[in-house]
Amino acid sequence: MISYDHYLVLALALFFIGVTGVVLRRNALIILMSIELMLNAVNLAVLAAARNMGDMYGHGLALFIMTVAAAEAAVGLALVLAMFRHRRTVNVDEFRNLKG
Amino acid sequence: MKVPLLSAMVFWAFAILAMASAVFVAFSRNIVHAAFALLGCFFGVAGLYLFLSADFVGIIQVMVYVGGVLILFLFAVMLTGKIRNPEKSNPSRAIPGGLVTMLVTLGLFGYLAFTTPWQVLPTVPTGPTTSQIGDALLGPYILPFEVASVLLLAALLGGVLLAGGVRGRSRLTGNEQDEAPRDSGGNT
Repeated sequence: MISYDHYLVLALALFFIGVTGVVLRRNALIILMSIELMLNAVNLAVLAAARNMGDMYGHGLALFIMTVAAAEAAVGLALVLAMFRHRRTVNVDEFRNLKG
Repeated sequence: MKVPLLSAMVFWAFAILAMASAVFVAFSRNIVHAAFALLGCFFGVAGLYLFLSADFVGIIQVMVYVGGVLILFLFAVMLTGKIRNPEKSNPSRAIPGGLVTMLVTLGLFGYLAFTTPWQVLPTVPTGPTTSQIGDALLGPYILPFEVASVLLLAALLGGVLLAGGVRGRSRLTGNEQDEAPRDSGGNT
């Protein structure tokens, strides 16, 4: 039988893959995709907890997380496009205008 | 005991789909392949939502992520790059710091996940959840619901302003070339 721990471990692994992508990759688009992976992992954990407690309010919380994720993706991708227009690259190591 | 076995198989199928796609997203050298692997990850997670008897959230996951966010990502990938070049992104040179961050994150979250005494109820509610979510959104969640709508509007305007380019910015803020004739016309 699939228990709560299965979902927790799966969400943990997905979140870990997302953290790995954010930390190790230098492409801004891959970083945004990895952030989406982390948000999906959090949603999975929230919904697993909601089913465990028999609480439908967790579903509303998951919907709000998805709303914020969609807004974040829209603004983040617009920022990446604006940076690409200025620097002709999406490598985050190249964005160092503020470095003294 | 046929039904638990079948449900376990469905769970593992979706879990393996989501995990394999996520690994592909995070480690693929080709950014177009990574963007399409994100599709598999979203579908796997949506299947897991359905498996968690969260039907409404699962359908919304497919509509919002696959229909919206993934299309946005594909547009960004197509617009930003020399996509014929598969060597789009390289691992960082700061690998030791990244490894430390990853291990600390994994250890901390793993510790929290396995040492917290989670409340586990034996009965699992099944059935449609849409009406209950609607009651929640228009009942105790009414203020976050409205704030989320304002947030979406702000994000939409911000995205248009940031990605709209020079023409959109000059139309929204106005520049001297547009201002001067309008002022002279108003004075005369």
